[in-house]
Amino acid sequence: MSVLEMPGGAGAEVADDSLARPRRGVDRVLAGNAWLVFAFLYLPILVLIVYSFNDNERVGVWTEPSLRWYGELVGNTRVMDALRNSLVVAAVSTVVATVLGTLAGLSMERFRYRGQRMFDGLLYLPVIIPDITMAVMLLLFFVQAFDLIFLATGVQFSRGLGTIMLAHVAFNVSFVALVVRARLAGLDGALEEAAADLYASRWQAFRRVTLPLIAPGVAGGALLALTLSLDDVVITEFVSGAGATTLPVYVFGSLRRGVTPLINAVSVLMLVGSILLVLLSLAVSRRREDAGE
Amino acid sequence: MSTTVPPPDVQPDLHDEPPPPGPGLERDAEKAASRRGFLIGLPGLAYLVAFFAAPLLIVVVYSFASRSPRGATVLAGWNLDSYARLTDSLVLTIAWRSLWIAVVTTLICLVLAYPFAYYLATRPVRVRALLLVLVMIPFWSNFLVRTYAWRMLLGSDGPLTRLLQTVGIDATLLFTPTGVMIGLVYGYLPFMILPLYAAVERLDHSLVEAARDLYASGWQAFWKVTWPLSRPGVIAGSILVFIPSFGAYVTPEILGGRGSTMLGSYIARQFIGTASDWPFGSALSVAILVVMLAAATAYFRAGGKNL
Repeated sequence: MSVLEMPGGAGAEVADDSLARPRRGVDRVLAGNAWLVFAFLYLPILVLIVYSFNDNERVGVWTEPSLRWYGELVGNTRVMDALRNSLVVAAVSTVVATVLGTLAGLSMERFRYRGQRMFDGLLYLPVIIPDITMAVMLLLFFVQAFDLIFLATGVQFSRGLGTIMLAHVAFNVSFVALVVRARLAGLDGALEEAAADLYASRWQAFRRVTLPLIAPGVAGGALLALTLSLDDVVITEFVSGAGATTLPVYVFGSLRRGVTPLINAVSVLMLVGSILLVLLSLAVSRRREDAGE
Repeated sequence: MSTTVPPPDVQPDLHDEPPPPGPGLERDAEKAASRRGFLIGLPGLAYLVAFFAAPLLIVVVYSFASRSPRGATVLAGWNLDSYARLTDSLVLTIAWRSLWIAVVTTLICLVLAYPFAYYLATRPVRVRALLLVLVMIPFWSNFLVRTYAWRMLLGSDGPLTRLLQTVGIDATLLFTPTGVMIGLVYGYLPFMILPLYAAVERLDHSLVEAARDLYASGWQAFWKVTWPLSRPGVIAGSILVFIPSFGAYVTPEILGGRGSTMLGSYIARQFIGTASDWPFGSALSVAILVVMLAAATAYFRAGGKNL
C-alpha cells in the first residue's frame, strides 16, 4: 500500500535496489516462492471462471463451453431479488457510514478532548472483533429491542433490509474512520491554519482546504465500505429476516443445500463486481499520488 | 468482514495528554476547539454506542441468563451455568481444534509470506507496485466466493484431486481440517504479506551491509539483523491471521466436515439451527471475545504501535 504513497525520488530507488538485492541463488528461491504464491492466489479464481462456462449439471465434470448458467441466472427471480437487495443495502450503508466515519475520523485526528480515548476504543473494536461475535451481538440486540418496542407501543418491527443496513453501517463507520484518519495523519495541519490566518471562516477552511485534501481518503473509505457491505455474509445472515436475502447470503445458503453450476455463474458475477471496485480504488489512489506529489 | 480488512496502519496514540495550560484567552479557544471536536465526532459515537456498545452489553447479559425447559430464553433467572458449560469436553475439543487450526494456518502463512514479502521489497519500485496490485486483487474479491472455489478444486472429481491421483496420491482434502486450513491460508495470506512487506520495505539495508562487512555470513546477517528488524511485521501479520482464523465460521462451513467444526460454527449453531441455546451461545461469544482482546492487547504491547 505504502508503495503508492512513496515520494518519487529516482536516485533513492536505484541505491535502494542495489543494496537490497539478494545473491543470485537466494533470489531464485525467492522468485520461485513468489510464483507459487501467485499461482495459489489465482488458481481458484481461474478455475471458478472456467467452470462457470461449463454446460453440465454436475459442477466438477467438464463437458463443453456454454453461457447456459448465465442465462438461467438472469431469469432467476430469487437471484435477481438478492442482487437488488445487496445493491440497495450497500448504497445506503455506504453513504451513511461515509458521512459518520469521515466526521469521526476528523474528530479523532484534528481535535483533542476528554473521553477521546474511549471513543478511540469504540471505533477500533468493530475492526478486530470476529464476524460471528458481532453477528450474535446484533441478532440479540434487535430481538430484544423489538420486544421492548412491542411491549411499550404495540408496534411490531421485524428483521429485514432495515436491520441489515443498520448493522452494515455499524461496522463500516469504523473502517471509513480508519482510512480517513490515515489520510489526515499524513497531512500538514498548517495548511488549515494558514487558511484561518487568511480570514477563512471555519466552514470555508473546511470546505475549501480540508475537504479537498482528504477527498481521496473519503473516497477510499467509501469504496472499502461498499466492498465490505457487498461481501458480508455472516452478520447479514444473522440480522436478516425471512424475506430479505442479499446475494452472499443466498450463495451461502445454496452452498449448504448442495452446489449447482448456477452458483458458479453468480460467484463469477460477484468476483467481477469486486474486481471492478478494486480497479476503481486503484484509480483513486493513483490520482491521489498524482495530486500529492 | 474482517476478511477484507487492510492492516490498520494508524494506531491509537496518546490522546489523554491535557492541553498545556495557557493564558485565559487561548485556553478559551482551546476549550471551544475541543468542544467542537467532540460535537463533530458525536454522531458516529452515538451510532456506535447504539448499535455496537449496546449489543455488546446485551450479549454479556444473555450469557448470564437461563433457558426454560421448552427452549425459550428466560431473562429472569441469573446464573453462571452457561460459563460452567465452557469446560464440557465437547467445547474443549472444539476450542482445541480451533486453536491448532488457527496456529498452523498462521505458521503456514508466515512461511509463505516472509520470502514473498522480501522478494517484493527487493524488486524495483515500479515492479513492486504492480506485484502489490496483483496481491490486492484477490484480497479484495469476495471471500465467500473465493472459498467456494476451493470446494471445486478439492472436490473428489475436482481438477486438483484428479491431478494428485494421476501422480499416485489419493488424498481426501475436502471436508477435512486440512481442507479448512487450505481455505484459511488462502483467505488470510494477504493479511500476513502486507504488514511483513511494510516492515521489510522500510528496513535499513545498510545495517545488513554493515553486518556483511563485518564478515557475517548471509544466514547470520539475516538471522541477527533482518529478522529482528522485521519482527513488528511478523507480530502484526500473525495476529491479523490468527484472530479471524480462530473465530472462522464461513470457511469451516464450506470446506469442513463433521470432524472440523470450529468455535465460530459451534456458536452459530446455538443461534440458527437445531441447538438454539442463546445463553450458552452468548457465553461462548464472550469467551472468544476475551481471547481476541488478549491477542490484540499482546500485539499492541509487543510494539505493534511502531508498525
